Amino acid sequence: MAVKNTIPFRGTPQQEQELQDVIARYKDCAGATIPVLHEAQRIYGYLPIEVQKMVSEGLNVPLAEIYGVVTFYTQFTTEPKGAYHIAVCLGTACYVKGSGDIIDRIKTRLGVDVGSCSNDGKFSLEATRCIGACGLAPVLTVNEDVYGRLVLDDIDGILDKYLK
Amino acid sequence: MNIVRSHVLVCGGTGCTSSGSEKLISEFEVQLKKAGIENEVSVVRTGCFGLCALGPIVIVYPEGAFYSMIKPEDVETIVQEHLLKGRIVTKLLYEEAVSEKNDILPLSETQFYKKQQRIVLRNCGVIDPEKIDEYIAFDGYKALGKVLTEMTPEQVIDVVKRSGIRGRGGAGFPTALKWEFAAKQPEGVKYVCCNADEGDPGAFMDRSVLEGDPHAVIEAMAIAAYAIGSEQGYIYIRAEYPIAVKRLQLAIDQAKEYGLLGNNIFDTDFSFDLEIRLGAGAFVCGEETALMTSIEGFRGEPRPRPPFPAVKGLWQRPTILNNVETYANIPQIILNGAEWFANIGTEKSKGTKVFAVGGKINNTGLVEVPMGTTLREIVEEIGGGIPNGKKFKAAQTGGPSGGCIPLSLIDTPIDYDSLLSIGAMMGSGGLIVMDEDSCMVDIAKYFLDFTVDESCGKCAPCRIGTKRMHEILEKITSGKGTMQDIENLKALANSIKSSSLCGLGQTAPNPVLSTLRYFEDEYIAHVVDKKCPAGVCKDLLQYTIDKEKCKGCNICAKNCPVTAIIGELKKPYEIIQDKCIKCGVCESKCPFDAISRK
Ligand SMILES: Cc1cc2nc3c(=O)[nH]c(=O)nc-3n(C[C@H](O)[C@H](O)[C@H](O)COP(=O)(O)O)c2cc1C
Ligand code: SF4
Ligand code: FES
Repeated sequence: MAVKNTIPFRGTPQQEQELQDVIARYKDCAGATIPVLHEAQRIYGYLPIEVQKMVSEGLNVPLAEIYGVVTFYTQFTTEPKGAYHIAVCLGTACYVKGSGDIIDRIKTRLGVDVGSCSNDGKFSLEATRCIGACGLAPVLTVNEDVYGRLVLDDIDGILDKYLK
Repeated sequence: MNIVRSHVLVCGGTGCTSSGSEKLISEFEVQLKKAGIENEVSVVRTGCFGLCALGPIVIVYPEGAFYSMIKPEDVETIVQEHLLKGRIVTKLLYEEAVSEKNDILPLSETQFYKKQQRIVLRNCGVIDPEKIDEYIAFDGYKALGKVLTEMTPEQVIDVVKRSGIRGRGGAGFPTALKWEFAAKQPEGVKYVCCNADEGDPGAFMDRSVLEGDPHAVIEAMAIAAYAIGSEQGYIYIRAEYPIAVKRLQLAIDQAKEYGLLGNNIFDTDFSFDLEIRLGAGAFVCGEETALMTSIEGFRGEPRPRPPFPAVKGLWQRPTILNNVETYANIPQIILNGAEWFANIGTEKSKGTKVFAVGGKINNTGLVEVPMGTTLREIVEEIGGGIPNGKKFKAAQTGGPSGGCIPLSLIDTPIDYDSLLSIGAMMGSGGLIVMDEDSCMVDIAKYFLDFTVDESCGKCAPCRIGTKRMHEILEKITSGKGTMQDIENLKALANSIKSSSLCGLGQTAPNPVLSTLRYFEDEYIAHVVDKKCPAGVCKDLLQYTIDKEKCKGCNICAKNCPVTAIIGELKKPYEIIQDKCIKCGVCESKCPFDAISRK
């Protein structure tokens, strides 16, 4: 397996406290693993092995099972996101309107692969399935900003805004 | 309560929120204050109006003025002219909603809405989904009251049965049968679940219902719980739908506060509680047994049936699972009667169906039509046809499990059985229109790519077989395919269909089989002529510069990321094919349309 360079884990005591509170709240609730992992990802931004261990100990569920769940669901990520997280919709409505070309353009321009983060931690790129804005297809988001009704020529302008 | 003279309805669905409707709401508040009429006009954030392509949308009542594509700058004009002086701003209106004499037409007379019949979406875009009082004012929770105080569980199931409603989640299983089965199980803990996972990429019907009318689903689940004898329900919803999750949670909290969820509802001895569970991005979790495994907190892998969930479902207890849209019909069926519902639609498919219409079509958005409406009516009339004068090629329904409907079958009535008979399926309601620029082999590959990604890996035919099919499609679209590959595809498809464990694998080959059935000539063009007739498959394309049209401006060469374009200023340029990566930048940058792909 190729070893990826990842940014070392930098959790704070506050974050840990928040996670422990979440665990305490869910501990006796049936099927708690997934809700707790959602909260953990909200707190830390991603789910590195350190966080998975805390959840495993807190909920008294084997780490192997936690890891199995984390890797099964695509929303859970063990990689941190870039400062600007670009998500290009590859849902059907966007795909037939050319979002495949859009993602290729971004890849060439930034030199970032789908599912990874640029070396400087600035950009990460993701291909998502329908975000529900099909009326605006093709669509991409950069963090909270949504860009719709895109044509290939818009891409450079959008990226320039964040490259500065 | 304040008496207001006008209501400004701003769409707060995901589509319009993405195109900036939140900013409009705050701008309306600022401008109304500035005009000093903030107490006379109320601004309401509603659910989806359906016409997402023209978002953000604002409707002002009592006039019913339908403003489309509104920008924050336009808000001041609407406030000053329309709300203050009573002069409707015609230039901002949706053009279809203005008659030749410049009067406002009722929405129900516009092309987009004329053939629609709104049962499931009746409150979407009408009420404020964050206020339970508005739902109640539109007969909300009346059906639940009637059921609890006047009907036995058997009577409820009987009404649902006579209405003829079938599941809207894809398979079209009669809803009442499922309920009856679960009701007959011995007393004890039973569960009612709602499938709001909406995995078909490119479909957003369920999301719009939850965003626009969440109480309808809650009310229906309580009715279902009464019918089968359950006290606990779960709604499994995609985490990718933050607005829907928020409104649903708010709705549950309000229902609890009003005593419409919780103990002794309507002072009867019926109690029912409801919880939300978030999905985490796995398509297979839309499958019923996988969904339950996921609620239990595990990897969402399906398990063999029988035992069916109605016997042993969530935590090994009898469980029913229905789709959001199925539930949204139930209160109306109870209130208006089984006969009313059974009169809508066709002989075997009753009621309406909501479609999320997208792709190469003018009016992308949500439409609700009676079953039996033809594809032509949806595409040409409601959908407003294909943009840029292009020709309709096919429509895809049922997403990764479905198939396509070619032009020759555009008059097929849309119902469960007609669609199955032509190799497509109703699916959950995604309807993607494709024009002559879409390559059907590429579309088949797109869906296979999706299933390979989403196969849970539990059983070999699906895990390995879909991968092999995808590889063959790769080979064909890159110009290396043979006729034998096409035969192999068919053989593989049939064995995957018959030997996979769950619905995902059993239906995964459908997009390939259906495109092969209607567009085999396109496959053959890729294999024999090494050409992609639609000009999509990159490996079979060449970008060339038309020497006549090229003015030698150098823009293409400057923009080419791999310096594959050479030439001298003011003389025709040329593309070195070996270097070209077919990114298409040059074509989009050329000011003289001199670059084409073939
Ligand atoms: C792979 C797969 C994905 C599915 N995804 C969904 C979905 O996203 N939403 C849904 O309502 N049903 C989905 N279904 C269908 C459900 O298994 C189930 O039949 C349905 O929710 C039952 O509700 P209904 O009878 O009201 O249609 C899916 C089925 C399969 C096999
Ligand atoms: S058919 Fe596919 S998705 Fe279904 S159980 Fe088998 S491997 Fe999993
Ligand atoms: S397919 Fe892209 S937003 Fe729906």
